[in-house]
Amino acid sequence: MDHVVHLSNAVAVLGQFPVLAGANLTVDRGEIVLLQGPNGAGKTSLLRLCAGLLPLARGEATVLGCDLRTNRESVRSRVGMLGHANGLYADLTVAENVRFWGATVRASRSEVTAALTRMGLAQRLGDVVVSRLSAGQKRRTALACLIARRAELWLLDEPHAGLDAAGRDELDATLREATSAGATIVVASHELERAGALATRVVEVVGGQIRELSSGPESSRPESTGPESTGPESGEAN
Amino acid sequence: MLRVARLLAAKDLRIEARSRIVTNQVLPFAAIVMVMFAFALNSDAVVSRVAPGLVWLATLFSLLVLVQRAFAIESADGATDALRAAGVDPAGIFLGKAMALAVQLAVLEIVLLLSAVVLYRAQLRLSGVVLLVTTLVAATCGLALVGTLYGGLAAGVRGRETLLPLLLLPVVAPVLIGATRATEAALGTGGAAVADGWPWVGLLAVFVALFGVGGTLAFGPLIEE
Repeated sequence: MDHVVHLSNAVAVLGQFPVLAGANLTVDRGEIVLLQGPNGAGKTSLLRLCAGLLPLARGEATVLGCDLRTNRESVRSRVGMLGHANGLYADLTVAENVRFWGATVRASRSEVTAALTRMGLAQRLGDVVVSRLSAGQKRRTALACLIARRAELWLLDEPHAGLDAAGRDELDATLREATSAGATIVVASHELERAGALATRVVEVVGGQIRELSSGPESSRPESTGPESTGPESGEAN
Repeated sequence: MLRVARLLAAKDLRIEARSRIVTNQVLPFAAIVMVMFAFALNSDAVVSRVAPGLVWLATLFSLLVLVQRAFAIESADGATDALRAAGVDPAGIFLGKAMALAVQLAVLEIVLLLSAVVLYRAQLRLSGVVLLVTTLVAATCGLALVGTLYGGLAAGVRGRETLLPLLLLPVVAPVLIGATRATEAALGTGGAAVADGWPWVGLLAVFVALFGVGGTLAFGPLIEE
């Protein structure tokens, strides 16, 4: 059994509201799984459950071998989550932010430099204070922090949002590199054309439940014409 | 835990050094409070008598600003959530933020004490130096620990800006009383002897121990959902 994520009838609640209502999902090492579905369907909650941030109310859930029922805190240091916020400090430079997040897992200086280089931040932008960056550059910095943290499972919520075309291509290349280096990625996105082309598998989250849609990038294409699709250039904030 | 604490403290102090919020906003605010007290009391004898209390009152008001700021830098771009998601030891986060807050408070208190000497004609005496330094250290640690704990508590709540003073001020009353009495003894205000101050330092030490242990244990569950 080499499942990175295994959910069986997983139920999670926020207040009184069941955000996941019997979700079943298995993700294997090296996969890029795209979560699609309308707003409020439970995509972000699913990511937060896998990150150990949301408690499991019922059912079974293991992530990277850790049982989320009994010890959801232990999985956190091995998982990298990038949500709607970037988790950056506006008064620190790009390099200082990456160094800080790398230091939380004792990343070496060379690992931090490699993360900055991978996201194209090592040269001109390294010494720039984050508050002066564009939205896309902040997103790239947040991804560099994730790389520096050596996460085994990447949980990405709308990672393409705010990136320009070049930034999106860089991100896709980074994600493919990460999976070839052994990482596993679960990505929630409304940009189905771009994220679908990247994914090895597509699942749909609706009403807190999960439905398998496809096992390849091509078969996700027709879904991108739905009302939730925002097209590859949406979310541009720069 | 201590490695994480050092990392967080260094990060917070670097941010403060770069943003200069303490030097450009908090210190002038505290100085204005001291001047306003002098205007309101309008009597050299009264001001000189109550100088230690005014120093600590101004410190408490400034503490509220510092704590708000310490947690605003975490919540501005979801860094609190990111710290949790990264599995960073919450006890280390608590101690690190308290350490950074203590350094800022110490600078503030020294400036306030010197301004009390200038504005209120408070007398520093050699025999009270050890008591004064011990009081500053103990009260600073106590304020930093309780400020961090309640700052973390209020950070995730709607209306945190108004909730924090409501929660924090009653809890720090023992520090205000203890630090004021010990400072009076150190300065010899109203004929107080240095020996009268040490029991109050004991009270401050108990406060530090309680909130040091309690905060380290409680901070994790507090920042959880």
